[in-house]
Amino acid sequence: MKGTETTSVRAGYRRARGIMVSVARFLVVLVTTFLGLLAVTFFIGRVVPIDPVLAIVGDRAPSSVVERIREEMGFNLPLWQQFLIYLKQAVTGDFGISVLTTHPVIEDIGRAFPATLELATVGTLIGAGIGIPFGVIAAVWRDSIVDQIVRIIGLFGYSVPIFWLGLLSLLVFYAQLKWAAYPGRLDIAYEYTFVPITGLYLVDAAWTGQWSIFWDAWRHILLPGALLGYFSLAYISRMTRSFMLNELNQEYIIAARAKGLSEARIIWFHALRNAAVPLVTVVALSYAGLLEGSVLTETVFSWPGLGLYITNSLQNADMNAVLGGTIVIGAVFIGINLFSDLLYKTLDPRTRN
Amino acid sequence: MTALLTVKNLRVTYPTRTGVSEAVRGVSFSLGRERLGIVGESGSGKSQTGRAIMGLTARNAIVETDMLKFGDIDLMRIPARQRRIMRGKSIAMILQDPKYSLNPVMTIGRQIVETLRTHERIGNREARQRTLSMLEAVQIRDPERVFTLYPHEVSGGMGQRAMIAMMLVCSPELLIADEPTSALDVTVQLEVLKILDKLVGERGMGLIFISHDLRLVSSFCDRVLVMYAGKMVEELPSANLKNATHPYTKGLLNCLPQIGVHRHPLPVLDRQPEWAA
Amino acid sequence: MTAPIETARPYSRAWLLSEEPASRHQAQLGRAYVIWRRFSGNRLAIAGLVIIVALILIAAMAPLIAPHSPVIGDLAGARLRPPLTEGYVLGTDGQGRDILSRLIVGSRITLAVVALVAIIAAPVGLIVGTVSGYAGGWVDAVLMRVTDIFLAFPKLVLALAFVAALGPGIENAIIAIALTSWPPYARIARAETMTFRRSDFIAAVKLMGASPVRIVLKHVMPLCLSSLIVRVTLDMAGIILTAAGLGFLGLGAQPPMPEWGAMIADGRRFILDQWWVAAMPGFAILIVSLGFNLLGDGLRDALDPKEGGQ
Repeated sequence: MKGTETTSVRAGYRRARGIMVSVARFLVVLVTTFLGLLAVTFFIGRVVPIDPVLAIVGDRAPSSVVERIREEMGFNLPLWQQFLIYLKQAVTGDFGISVLTTHPVIEDIGRAFPATLELATVGTLIGAGIGIPFGVIAAVWRDSIVDQIVRIIGLFGYSVPIFWLGLLSLLVFYAQLKWAAYPGRLDIAYEYTFVPITGLYLVDAAWTGQWSIFWDAWRHILLPGALLGYFSLAYISRMTRSFMLNELNQEYIIAARAKGLSEARIIWFHALRNAAVPLVTVVALSYAGLLEGSVLTETVFSWPGLGLYITNSLQNADMNAVLGGTIVIGAVFIGINLFSDLLYKTLDPRTRN
Repeated sequence: MTALLTVKNLRVTYPTRTGVSEAVRGVSFSLGRERLGIVGESGSGKSQTGRAIMGLTARNAIVETDMLKFGDIDLMRIPARQRRIMRGKSIAMILQDPKYSLNPVMTIGRQIVETLRTHERIGNREARQRTLSMLEAVQIRDPERVFTLYPHEVSGGMGQRAMIAMMLVCSPELLIADEPTSALDVTVQLEVLKILDKLVGERGMGLIFISHDLRLVSSFCDRVLVMYAGKMVEELPSANLKNATHPYTKGLLNCLPQIGVHRHPLPVLDRQPEWAA
Repeated sequence: MTAPIETARPYSRAWLLSEEPASRHQAQLGRAYVIWRRFSGNRLAIAGLVIIVALILIAAMAPLIAPHSPVIGDLAGARLRPPLTEGYVLGTDGQGRDILSRLIVGSRITLAVVALVAIIAAPVGLIVGTVSGYAGGWVDAVLMRVTDIFLAFPKLVLALAFVAALGPGIENAIIAIALTSWPPYARIARAETMTFRRSDFIAAVKLMGASPVRIVLKHVMPLCLSSLIVRVTLDMAGIILTAAGLGFLGLGAQPPMPEWGAMIADGRRFILDQWWVAAMPGFAILIVSLGFNLLGDGLRDALDPKEGGQ
């Protein structure tokens, strides 16, 4: 018995080392990608505009003010020094002051981000919760009705403008059928009395037992959440189908049948467990995509998240806020992307060693 | 005494765009607790015969037969569920390449335990014990270690032994081995064959050994069945192989290299359309 | 044993399908014929092709077939008329402009955006990918790291930020979309290049003294084209949707240009009562995106049948 213990410990070490190496590689990629993001936003904010100071103070400011600001903000320094300062500020979360709200951009983002996160999470839960079973069934019964539905949902989802579908859904489900609540996160009656903790209203309301607020928040998130969920569903079901078709053609499926396993176990345990390896990446990508896709959805549904914050700032030429929001969305996007890579490696034993 | 397996006039056809393609056309044989080899070139229908006995042909295949009996059980009549339960418990099958036929994301131990727990109501502990002793039976020296390994972490020979363990752990009475050694190195082939030979002998199982290698089959099996284009062209005891009457079998035999004989040009297999008719 | 190919009449079916083409011309035509047969067997792909051809024809003849002015409306007499009103098949918008005419003229903008983005992004991706794949080593490592960084960015948000810095307008929207859409093309071109970098025909060209630039330009790039074209076609729908999104946010085409996304934004005010103002341009976007998606799927299946069923 002793010998087996040492061998399993050794195997454990080997796996642990494999994970350490991929974590290290993960960190290198994370840092370079993040640097790339900051370089691009720096380029957008400082290099593309003819005079970034004018972009901030406006073109009617007296020249003495312009010069003072230029020096205060370090715009007279060489570009590479400016970039270093910019890096330091970005890493410490200093994105400057929003011209529109007069708050530091990071504070605004802190308030808006949970709303976006909540919306994207609901969307992904809908998309993965329905999309994965649908994709599996479509693959198992090829050319069945479910398969056709998945194909049509996918084709439509890849072709329809999300903001337009949002407007139409407001028209139908809010104005005509009165199933959904009007745009916003809560009814006005609750808007001023509800004190959020995490900023995820559904979680906060459930946590504090305020069920009437929970249902109100649910009625508000239903429509935009379902809309984002639809797009996530279109993508996830199509990919699930394709991964499952690939797995169901493998030899180990025949071996599993030869063992006498039930079809259900073969499909939902053996094949799906193998398809899950690439699926994790797809679900993560879709989640990241929804965080981004929320820009248009939030505008349509007046959802006070990061997307609405960015578009409002855009319309008021508030570059600090726009770039701050871009960096945060970009960083989360990159983080999720890379995290899914890491997860992929831990799920697939073949890439662990 | 009833035979272990009786096959009468087995036909497997696939509908295609231009009509039907007949993979197996009227194969009949019966099998006791003995070793039957099925030999043929690729596309001769030998694998499809094995799959049809297992009930594992592709979804669009049409399997017809006058009789397909396992002991007294009519395999074509019993419900699908009962047929499924017989797989792994009464009839098992070994596939060609362990690289593809073992689930890559499950440890070898779990895959063997899964076979056991599908067919027998036993606890974790006992399942593990039986799995370990089965791994020992296929001459894996360090079963505790192999139990925790993933398929990609073992060699082809080791993988095929694990495959044999997985399929034999519930002690089936009939084993169909579909080219079980073709994907392995030549040196490993013999080892795996020896293990298979020993287990089949000890447990008194029936074996259908499907291969393209006539010499391997004739040295390993009691009887040989030669297939060509979906049909049986000859069935004879391995010992009488020299007395084969069918020209196709003679042709196959003639292709085997012999020490001390120089042949120029090399013989080419003669294929007559009327054999397939 | 050889078939009597010489007797096949030029340009006949047998001539096109000949296993032993006599000229390069015949071989190319034969290959095109086989691809066309696979493509035309797919009804959905044909539907996509019809939609795109119709779009191109409408865009080309827009001023001739538009019944009204797309810019100047009848503010006094025909504001917010519902569809199927006399003279206004799809109704009118808040400024009394005929929606059908605006859609017809707007097709030019959509087509221009798609074409320009493809013309800018595809060559950039092609050059980066082929150079990276052919050169290998540190060039490859650096270029692919940059590509990966761009791939990891959120496309729409980045395009938003670009437009915000450059100022709103259709030209800047096109540049912004192009800047964010080249990385997948680079990935594809690189993967294709890697598959035949070490092949014998490249070695043969090298022996004949061709420079790396010539090899990449004349021998590597043409072989990457077909998969690139498929990918670009499949991306067209996404480009249209992104452009419409930018237009919806007021960052793309500026009024009074009849850009479809901006038209939806314009109709947003009337969505509860005069739904058609926002709905009609959305249908136009949907149909055209659908056309590109169907065409792209069909092309992919025709050019690469092994991936077809999935």
